[in-house]
Amino acid sequence: MTQKFYTKDHEWLSIEENIVTIGVTDFAQEQLGDVVFIELPEVGADLIEGDEAAVIESVKAAGEIAVPINGTVVAINEDLVDQPELLNTAPEDEGWIFRVSPSDGLETASFMDAEQYQKYIDSGE
Amino acid sequence: MSDSAKNQKTQFYDYHISAGGKMVPFAGYLMPVQYPAGIMQEHLHTRNNAGLFDVSHMGQVLVTGVGVATALEKLMPVDLDALAINQQTYATFTLPDGGILDDLIVTRWAEDTYFLVVNAACKDQDIAHLKSYLSDFTITHLDQHSLIALQGAKAKDIMLKLAPSTSDLIFMHGCPVQIDGIECYVTRSGYTGEDGFEISVSNDHALAVADRLLAFDDCKWIGLGARDSLRLEAGLCLYGHDMDQNTSPIEAGITWSISHSRRAGGAKEGGFLGAEKILKHLADGAPKKRVGFLVEGRAPVREGAEIADNDGNIVGVITSGGFGPTLQAPVAMGYVTSALAAVGTQLNAIVRGKLRPMTVTKMPLIPQRYHRG
Repeated sequence: MTQKFYTKDHEWLSIEENIVTIGVTDFAQEQLGDVVFIELPEVGADLIEGDEAAVIESVKAAGEIAVPINGTVVAINEDLVDQPELLNTAPEDEGWIFRVSPSDGLETASFMDAEQYQKYIDSGE
Repeated sequence: MSDSAKNQKTQFYDYHISAGGKMVPFAGYLMPVQYPAGIMQEHLHTRNNAGLFDVSHMGQVLVTGVGVATALEKLMPVDLDALAINQQTYATFTLPDGGILDDLIVTRWAEDTYFLVVNAACKDQDIAHLKSYLSDFTITHLDQHSLIALQGAKAKDIMLKLAPSTSDLIFMHGCPVQIDGIECYVTRSGYTGEDGFEISVSNDHALAVADRLLAFDDCKWIGLGARDSLRLEAGLCLYGHDMDQNTSPIEAGITWSISHSRRAGGAKEGGFLGAEKILKHLADGAPKKRVGFLVEGRAPVREGAEIADNDGNIVGVITSGGFGPTLQAPVAMGYVTSALAAVGTQLNAIVRGKLRPMTVTKMPLIPQRYHRG
């Protein structure tokens, strides 16, 4: 089964068979505005929690995506190279950014579930 | 907190909120950076239809008195006496060392009356500058006036209905006109590269004029974000970024803004602040120059990015940059040493440690569509 979590940095993590797919939330894409370019990580890159994994460039500004877990990049969403607007139109679906194989046992306690995340954005933090 | 430290609101604040504007502090005002359509759509809407911009934060200043043209000409390298009544010109306030204090538009309202529109962030300083050099003249800050700009392919169709006489105006000319009985001063000018108008109107009647404009389906509010991408594609400088107190008008690539009569050999040669340095740059060339860039790929190159030659030497810096919605490509401006300023020169911007190839290009990047009659 798939489990989905959210971070305070407005990323989502979808966990299926110990592979974590990572993207940004609908709230985040709205804040970013029209996305025009995405710098993706390299497949095989070993990342430590907090490392800059991707950069999203909108018409307005550049936003960095920090990886929320330790692990190795196993896939990137190549569709975003030609269609960066997928991040605006389907941020939590076809607009996924990269997949990571966690290097340690995945600790999800610090993440939020959908309900907690909704409260978090409603609180305006 | 003092009043000056608080962010002021223009007359249109509630209109921006109703239209879903995302308000941000800008030059002491709360201004809309974008509306729900987003910068990309707002930009394209302006080019294809008509965009309405609240530019009431800008400074509107009247300078009057017998001989005022000659007095003002000490502060800017333009020929103000040569302007016909209701004609306007782009100009810079120059500084004794040849730098630029601000850029502005000057309109001759009457024989001895000039109407200045200056940048919001510079207006207090500009008014102080005027007062210190023009102590014998009357300087009036029209701070009870709003300023709105209607820009884009359909701007003229709207103005034709609201104020038919304005559709006869040619670029950089203006006229006093009534819209529904409201006194306005309308010029054919703007900051988007499109045909368009700027409307100065007293605060009391500003909302009524906006209502009339917004009644047209083709007319929509446009925020500061699209204003920036529009002017960038049009190759227009932004003061404080693409030029400042440390750049001469020659370095800033706005040599065209210096009237021929104020140049070497002209009837009114020199006689403005910084003339020595500026005329020297004009004669001998300047050490650096502002140029436009077309960037390879889709990654925007933004202000502050260093510019490197193909050997990796740092040769300049980007002063404005972003993604051009009409071009569907990144566009940028920056300063390079003059030897590298020729159109076609291959350089690189350093973005997050990577070299992004780019080519010095002729500006504007989109054809200007001013109504030149």
